[in-house]
Amino acid sequence: MRLAIDYDKCTGLGLCEAEAPDVFEVQADGTLLCLDENPSEALRAEVESACASCPTEALRIIED
Amino acid sequence: MVTDSPDDVRDLVVVGASLAGLRAVEAARRTGYDGRITLVGAEPHLPYDRPPLSKAFLDEGRAPEAPPFRTEEHLREELGVDLLLGTPATGLDATDRVLEAGDREVGYDRLVVATGAAARMLPGTEGVAGVHALRTVDDAIAVRAALDAGARTVVIGAGFIGSEVASGARKRGLPVTIVEGLDVPLTRSVGPEAGQVCADLHRANGADLRLGTGVREVLVTDGRAVGVLLDDGTQLDAELVVAGIGVVPSTGWLRDSGIGLHERDGALLCDATLATSLPGVYGAGDVAHWPNPLFDGQLMRLEHWTNAAEHGAAAASNALDRSGGVPVSSVPYFWSDWYGHRIQFVGVPQADEVVVLADEPYLALYRRGDRVVGALTIDRPTQIMKLRRLISQRTSWPEARTFAEGLPALRAPQPAG
Repeated sequence: MRLAIDYDKCTGLGLCEAEAPDVFEVQADGTLLCLDENPSEALRAEVESACASCPTEALRIIED
Repeated sequence: MVTDSPDDVRDLVVVGASLAGLRAVEAARRTGYDGRITLVGAEPHLPYDRPPLSKAFLDEGRAPEAPPFRTEEHLREELGVDLLLGTPATGLDATDRVLEAGDREVGYDRLVVATGAAARMLPGTEGVAGVHALRTVDDAIAVRAALDAGARTVVIGAGFIGSEVASGARKRGLPVTIVEGLDVPLTRSVGPEAGQVCADLHRANGADLRLGTGVREVLVTDGRAVGVLLDDGTQLDAELVVAGIGVVPSTGWLRDSGIGLHERDGALLCDATLATSLPGVYGAGDVAHWPNPLFDGQLMRLEHWTNAAEHGAAAASNALDRSGGVPVSSVPYFWSDWYGHRIQFVGVPQADEVVVLADEPYLALYRRGDRVVGALTIDRPTQIMKLRRLISQRTSWPEARTFAEGLPALRAPQPAG
């Protein structure tokens, strides 16, 4: 899977980081850093939770 | 037919069409439930997002937008939801399992109550132009219009909503006075130490903060607010008066239903799975107290975006779960944006000790017993979720302190606007 991130929508609230800390990290300036744009299947549950939890709906999974 | 087996559930009714209600509907479909879903809402609008209403929505310039979370087509076609909007619930017959909404009767096998809470209004100001709460999109449109007109603004209550309105008015350069009955604002939400720091943000940004002062009356001329008279006799001129004085859980319609309500605030009393005292009825979001297992079963009722989202999904999943559902365990999280600063809080503020680890930008840790139970940061967005993890993992206090003290100090950003 790949991640599509809408950085215009993201406001850095960090819920994705709470769900999937190996994939998302909010930076000191409040912007989002994606640590792994092609997360492995082992991380699917976490990544799905992260996408679902985003208050601004900035995250989407694109299936390969 | 009344049924208690999830396999036979054909009628799920969700009452309350905001975030928790929407998440309930979505979660129900995710479980594979293919029966009927009815979403009942008091407001005429499709479910929409509330946090921006007291933030970006009040900004000068471009016309405000409050797009619904999902289109009507998506709700009806993709999620297969029957929508009953603009239809406040009026009663519940728990014996026959019927939700009453005006002259409509909706039968249910499972019911999720997510009716939220209504903003408390100032007594005697009903119908007075220029006096508003800020809870709904219609409230936000009215407040924005007054700011557009350059209103002198008095905010009553220095809570988060009131503070965001004050921040929005100051951003436009408008004069703002905040009147707060407590000597330190936000003590219930973040404790007195952090409340003091939040108070300083107002002062640093030119809001006139009057603490320990009550409001005697809103002054009205020709049906329009012209000012506010304080308990100490001070008169403040204002064209816009915004009340941010808390909310009342929306359970009046349940009073005769026999459902268990909290004696203090009348909100629903749920168990750890969000089940209420009535069979087949669950609670979610601002309207629901539940014992949070992560904090030793402390009974909580939260008015947070994340809580509404989590509860909505969990209540529906548990309502449809044949094994009776799973306890809802969560670390509360909320955020608030003032004067270009982001305030973030995780956990619970009721603490034996609060230790301020940094002043600029601010970082405080909350201890209860021998573990960390809360953390508050201002402008430390990269650290807050790492602190939240300490709380969810029930980290011991010494370990949490060591971790937090090892965090980079960061540089305070320049306030925007």
